[in-house]
Amino acid sequence: MVELIVVIVTILLAAGVFFMLSGAIGLLRLPDFYTRLHATGKCDTLGEVLIIFGLLLYHIFVYSPGAELSVQLVPVKLLFLIGFIFLANPTATHAIMKAAYNTGVKPWKKGDPRM
Amino acid sequence: MSDNSGKVFGIAVTFCAMFLFWLLLSGMLDALHVGAGLICSLIVALISHDLLVTGEGEKRLVKAFRFFIYLGWELWQILLANFDVTYRVLHPKMPIDPLIIEFETPLRSDFALVTLANSITLTPGTITINVDPAKGKFQVHAIAQAPADALTVDKTMQSKVAKVFMEEG
Repeated sequence: MVELIVVIVTILLAAGVFFMLSGAIGLLRLPDFYTRLHATGKCDTLGEVLIIFGLLLYHIFVYSPGAELSVQLVPVKLLFLIGFIFLANPTATHAIMKAAYNTGVKPWKKGDPRM
Repeated sequence: MSDNSGKVFGIAVTFCAMFLFWLLLSGMLDALHVGAGLICSLIVALISHDLLVTGEGEKRLVKAFRFFIYLGWELWQILLANFDVTYRVLHPKMPIDPLIIEFETPLRSDFALVTLANSITLTPGTITINVDPAKGKFQVHAIAQAPADALTVDKTMQSKVAKVFMEEG
């Protein structure tokens, strides 16, 4: 049972790292401010949530059995964290986007040189 | 009379939510921690109950239920969005063709507008730039033509959000 959980946790962590990595590659490869926000805004959300979910499973099944109540409640905090990330990440992306648009950052069009 | 009881109801709901939050975060059940939690929750509930329980709106339970079903669909869309961005980023030629689109929706309430705006940002290839609450008008940056069409032609997401908050047309 514990071995199975560890395998699942490893897969979740690896998937999370993969999405964070593709977000970082997108940040470097994409041509302008707006398209870069596409990469960071979306990949970071899922990457972080997958990593936190992996930690949550590990904590419930491997780390905390037999521990005191305040230690067993850590997964609840991680769940709250997932909720806040889902709420805060798109909002922050949108706020940065709006600020850039209102201050006149020109969007890149297909065929333009990289900025 | 009804106004006053609504206020008491709001304070009670906020107090319960805050105290539950406190208990879950602290995990200590001795008199000192629980007592401090009771006092803090009461102060927060008295000051800011109108933020959590707004007076407006009927059928809150139905809306909350539909909202959770919508969240399930939204999670699936987030997964698709990540594969979409990952594909575009890792593809050697980077198949992107960014454009900015505008469209209007029948949505008016704050919560519905926030839900749609955040959903657009989290779903494949689109990010909200601007929202005009008076007209329900959205300005969206799309990374290619296909995700833009999903919002302007198919309108799946708009109709789903409108159905959740019962603000169709």
